[in-house]
Amino acid sequence: MASDREFNLIGKSPLRVDGMAKCAGQTKFADDLSMPRMLFAKLHRSPVAHAKIVGIDTSKAEAMPGVVAVLTGKSMPIPFGILPVSQDEHVLAFDKVRFIGDPVAAVAAVDEGTAYEAMLAIEVTYEELPVVLNAEQALANEAPAIHDYGDDGNVHKRVSMQFGDVEQAFEDSDEIFTDITLFGSNTHLAMEQHASLGHVAADGRVTIHSSTQTPHYLHKAACKVLELPPSRVRIIATPNGGGFGGKSDPFNHEIVVAKLSQVTNRPVKISLTREEVFQCHRGRHTVLMKSRMGMTKDGKITGIHFQSLLDGGSYGSFGVATTYYTGALQTVTYEVPTYRFDGVRAFTNKAPSGPKRGHGTPQPRFAIEVQLDKAAEKLGIDPAELRLRMIQPPESVTANWLYVNSIGLAECIEKVVEGSGWKERFGKLPRGHGLGLACSSYISGAGLPIYWNAMPHSGVQLKVDRGGGVAVFCGETEIGQGSDTVLATCVAEVLGLELLDVRVCAGDTDLTPVDLGSYSSRVTLMMGNAAIQAAERAREIIGKHAAKRMGIPGNRVVFAGNRVFDAEDPERGMSFSEAVQIAEAEQGTIGTVGSYSPPPNPGRYRGSGVGPTATYSYTAAVVEIFADEETGMIEVDKVWIAHDIGRALNRNLVIGQVEGGVYMGLGEALMEDMAYREKRRGVLKHPSMLEYKSITTHEMPEVITTLVEHPDPRGPFGAKEVGQGPLLPMMPAVANALHDALGVRVDQVPIHPDLVMKALKAKDKRAGPKKFPDLLITDTQRVKTQAEGGDGTAPRSPKEKAVQS
Amino acid sequence: MNTASSTAGRKVTMTLSVNGEDHEVAFLPEKTLLEVLREDLGLTGTKHGCELGECGACTVLMDGEPRLSCLVLTLECGGIAIETIEGMTTADGPHPLQAAFAELNAAQCGYCSPGFLMTAKALLDSDPAPSRETMKDELAGNLCRCTGYEMIYQAIDRAAAEVRGEAGHGE
Repeated sequence: MASDREFNLIGKSPLRVDGMAKCAGQTKFADDLSMPRMLFAKLHRSPVAHAKIVGIDTSKAEAMPGVVAVLTGKSMPIPFGILPVSQDEHVLAFDKVRFIGDPVAAVAAVDEGTAYEAMLAIEVTYEELPVVLNAEQALANEAPAIHDYGDDGNVHKRVSMQFGDVEQAFEDSDEIFTDITLFGSNTHLAMEQHASLGHVAADGRVTIHSSTQTPHYLHKAACKVLELPPSRVRIIATPNGGGFGGKSDPFNHEIVVAKLSQVTNRPVKISLTREEVFQCHRGRHTVLMKSRMGMTKDGKITGIHFQSLLDGGSYGSFGVATTYYTGALQTVTYEVPTYRFDGVRAFTNKAPSGPKRGHGTPQPRFAIEVQLDKAAEKLGIDPAELRLRMIQPPESVTANWLYVNSIGLAECIEKVVEGSGWKERFGKLPRGHGLGLACSSYISGAGLPIYWNAMPHSGVQLKVDRGGGVAVFCGETEIGQGSDTVLATCVAEVLGLELLDVRVCAGDTDLTPVDLGSYSSRVTLMMGNAAIQAAERAREIIGKHAAKRMGIPGNRVVFAGNRVFDAEDPERGMSFSEAVQIAEAEQGTIGTVGSYSPPPNPGRYRGSGVGPTATYSYTAAVVEIFADEETGMIEVDKVWIAHDIGRALNRNLVIGQVEGGVYMGLGEALMEDMAYREKRRGVLKHPSMLEYKSITTHEMPEVITTLVEHPDPRGPFGAKEVGQGPLLPMMPAVANALHDALGVRVDQVPIHPDLVMKALKAKDKRAGPKKFPDLLITDTQRVKTQAEGGDGTAPRSPKEKAVQS
Repeated sequence: MNTASSTAGRKVTMTLSVNGEDHEVAFLPEKTLLEVLREDLGLTGTKHGCELGECGACTVLMDGEPRLSCLVLTLECGGIAIETIEGMTTADGPHPLQAAFAELNAAQCGYCSPGFLMTAKALLDSDPAPSRETMKDELAGNLCRCTGYEMIYQAIDRAAAEVRGEAGHGE
């Protein structure tokens, strides 16, 4: 795609296709649906964090007027989960419960109030077990195992890998920086509470309407648990009232409404309470980290040894991938010639952690960017200058075998340095005021699918109507990010139409080709490329016949302004619908498909599937704060952020994602806190929107956004991701600004005021974790880097060799 | 299983004025205005994010004032003019706020949008040229997880100008 080409829609800000409906109250979210004879479901959830289930008495609930069905776990004994390696959830627990909120029984009744009363009337007898409430405790393995699988005891996953000789690199370094940092858990807090509606047709086929980001994966899980072939189960993803990763796992309540509708032969709906949404969680893992970074005195990294200890909560979720993600992307921003990563994910008796915006990368990004700020201070180099000196080159392979295509990070740094007046103001503001800088990178879609297969990651189907309209079918799900608009834009751009000429049908497993879902910032890049392919194929068919009719060569046909015409004589041509009619008369009904798979990645070691992508986005940000040394309160005054987007397909949508990422990142930096009461055996501390603090209009600062646009050849029209990357620099930028403001370091988020006060009073002017436990690594996978002449593979360990022979 | 209705004989009937029309509606006396609007009148444009008065998603206008419909008992709504998002679009088309929210991407996932739009309408009805600080004060009870609020302010600015008869509609 030539970069100097003139576009009809790309780069502009046409009205998003779902915009008017959303502002008119017409958009149907999952809980807005209802059907005749519909029942309401409620889940009975465990009030204890860890226990064996001794008995469940549903007789009182069943006897209540208006109660139609009660289910317990034995009716659905097959386990499910998002990752093939951790199929560890049951729709309803029947042997033991693992956190406060674990569903044990389900009720369907004629109205929600009756279902609620019946849910309360279910009596479960528990034999309580010792609880594990943090990862260090889990690692020590003193309590009974929460699961009967994993790497040992309550260690779900232990990984270790080394690329090049890190210890030798440390010996050759002028300085070695060692920092221990803690990133506390937070949750998505999407405005829409999860809801699902299940119903069974007279022919026995099951449909689930649900607020899910991943209808394809829900389809797999529901079919597995319900023991039905995929052709008999249909998932329709309703528009999500916010996702942020929180609706990416298949959930108990989504499958339970299907089962209840099978049992009752009536539609069944469930709408979770806000407290239940907190219990669904799958949010940011608490991660304790230790980073050792070797540097030369002129500010080049020689090597990093990074260690992560993740608190996974009670189930696997995406956790194995999250564990790898806490070690994967440290290398794609700056040159890191040698690298070692050790990670452990532990099971604890808390709501399951999972993928939240940035998935496993905000935590290490916080650690690295704060560490670089300290290094810059020690080496006497400006923090922006330090970063500019060591940026990873384009079209290069990192030590851990990730391929970096285009990289606009230097320009991002320059933009925010210029915008914020960094050079004149950093280190020179009055006490209490400070500037902080941080950078980041994120994937434009995961390079590998969640379950191994060689099929496309995204499929798009086009139906071209003789009236000039185009319907586009794709399994993508609109979660607010604007994916329906991106889909329509790609098609409309290629065919020269307006957005209103394109009808989007998305997220329906019966009707739409598979797209893996709205996660990992994959939709624009993957769906966009698939949509362009489908639309170009349609253009070729229509253009061929139109050219013939006009008597011109095919390469002179232009599609623009709802017309098909001759490039050399624009007056000569026809309307798009006439061109379609000519083509349809010549060769029959017109439909095309397109699909996309990411390019293969060079790494071929265990764990190399996490981290690769077609192209990385890059971000730099400067945050200006005021920190009150009397109270420890931090106010954010202004944010400058520059994002390497490749090309903005819809400018307003892109800026909306950047500003939304800044907003959410500032909340994580300062207040959002998914905390538990350990003395009360795992009770959630902030289970409401009032107690769980998030940024309101009063705390949100002005944001100055710059888009850095150098089209990436791998992106649709050159586009990269924007949904997740811009969140990442906010937390370290705030921590770094605090140091500029008050000379203290808080190596922990959220940066609550009491931590600021603690740091002010501390001798070393620091607050944060001091110890990092031994992760008990016994086996490290060693992979030669490209510089060492490696080929991306790891030599097989003696154990593996023995198994092979 | 006992399939008799648990609610037989308990419903009350009253007349509610919603979007300028009177509706006779029968509902359980404990139901909130939010529940009656969504479940008994089918007006699902009004959303819920917490049902505890914490998020603002369920905001409707009662006699022109923004109110959290999840905290209002329907029984208390007799004789009050209730306005919901569905009533904001008239025969003349969408309200300038609705058009501005859509065009400026102030509605991303769109779930909080009806609540923001109702609060913003009450604001513009009383202050045709609200400052940024006034907007922040008036909208502080509405949470949005997508936008970071900036595009919402811009949309209100644009709609306010249009309502005042100033400024073109274009970008």
